Amino acid sequence: MIADVYIELKEGVADPEGESTKKALKLLGFDNVKSVSSIKVFRIELSAESREKAEEEIKQMCEKLLANPVIQRYRINWIS
Amino acid sequence: MEPRVAVLRIEGTNCEDETVRALRECGAFAEAIHLKQLYSDMIKESEKRRLKDYTGIVFPGGFSAGDYVRAGAIFSARVKSVLRKDIEEFIRSEFPVLGICNGFQILVEIGALPGMDEDKPISDRPEMVLAINNSNKFECRLSILKHENKGKCIFTRKVKDIVVLPVAHAEGKVVFPAGMEELYIERLVENDQIVFRYVNDKGEYAGYPWNPNGSIYNIAGICNATGNVFGLMPHPERVLYNWHHFDYPHENGEYGDGKSVFESMVEYIKNMR
Repeated sequence: MIADVYIELKEGVADPEGESTKKALKLLGFDNVKSVSSIKVFRIELSAESREKAEEEIKQMCEKLLANPVIQRYRINWIS
Repeated sequence: MEPRVAVLRIEGTNCEDETVRALRECGAFAEAIHLKQLYSDMIKESEKRRLKDYTGIVFPGGFSAGDYVRAGAIFSARVKSVLRKDIEEFIRSEFPVLGICNGFQILVEIGALPGMDEDKPISDRPEMVLAINNSNKFECRLSILKHENKGKCIFTRKVKDIVVLPVAHAEGKVVFPAGMEELYIERLVENDQIVFRYVNDKGEYAGYPWNPNGSIYNIAGICNATGNVFGLMPHPERVLYNWHHFDYPHENGEYGDGKSVFESMVEYIKNMR
């Protein structure tokens, strides 16, 4: 199984990376840009009995390493 | 007790030598050891170490594991997987644990800071984060710090009211869970856990660039509820000698503003029974 695990900032948390990317895009003339958010994606290949069990394991991974719950949340997108 | 301090490193740590030097200058036995030396079977017998042979630990600055995932996240995951109980016991036994810059990030990720629960030196989850600087830049320059601890933090008992220490980080903004910021600050103040706050050249709390990262309450360093775990973003080891200061002679004497942190730590260990 392959999952893309998206690590995003929680709502309301400042995103300096996104903000300064937006600023740079505006400078380059992309005036239509309304907002930019930085998101980190980890593609994880794992073996598991079921998708549910795999999701449970990924949840553990996020809690133990991939995300800091104070400012980040995660979501999973299954690739295969 | 005899001051025997382990400066823990993994790949990407890069301030261990200065830190060892600072501790030795203060009369401690200090050595930089790789985390693996504490647990791996693949280590030569002569290089094996045990945590219980030390009376102090420093997590030094640098870019451990390349700052991948988040600064300090991988180092802390490795500590948690192999040494969690040992470190917890170490803190509970009142031995000092210092984290400088990346080391502060590691202590936060481990859950040893803010460490507001005296009975639980390491929380199950991180309770704060050192997030990306508001400027989105690597901020590398001097910072002026007001020392506000009233005596709980064992690392700053010999530190003056105002010190000048350099910062060098991209992720140093103290952030507490949304909506609970005031509660956290209140409790930290109440517990005397606030140690250093960024100020301007007049000694007043000020915004950027004096506060290099946008830290809430201008926090530059905090200790845990028992005062024996301390993390700070600025680098005391980088101003060990007077001539390290840009405005040399910064003060009279041979040493710079950073030495008093290590001095306080070493003296504390010497006074332990």
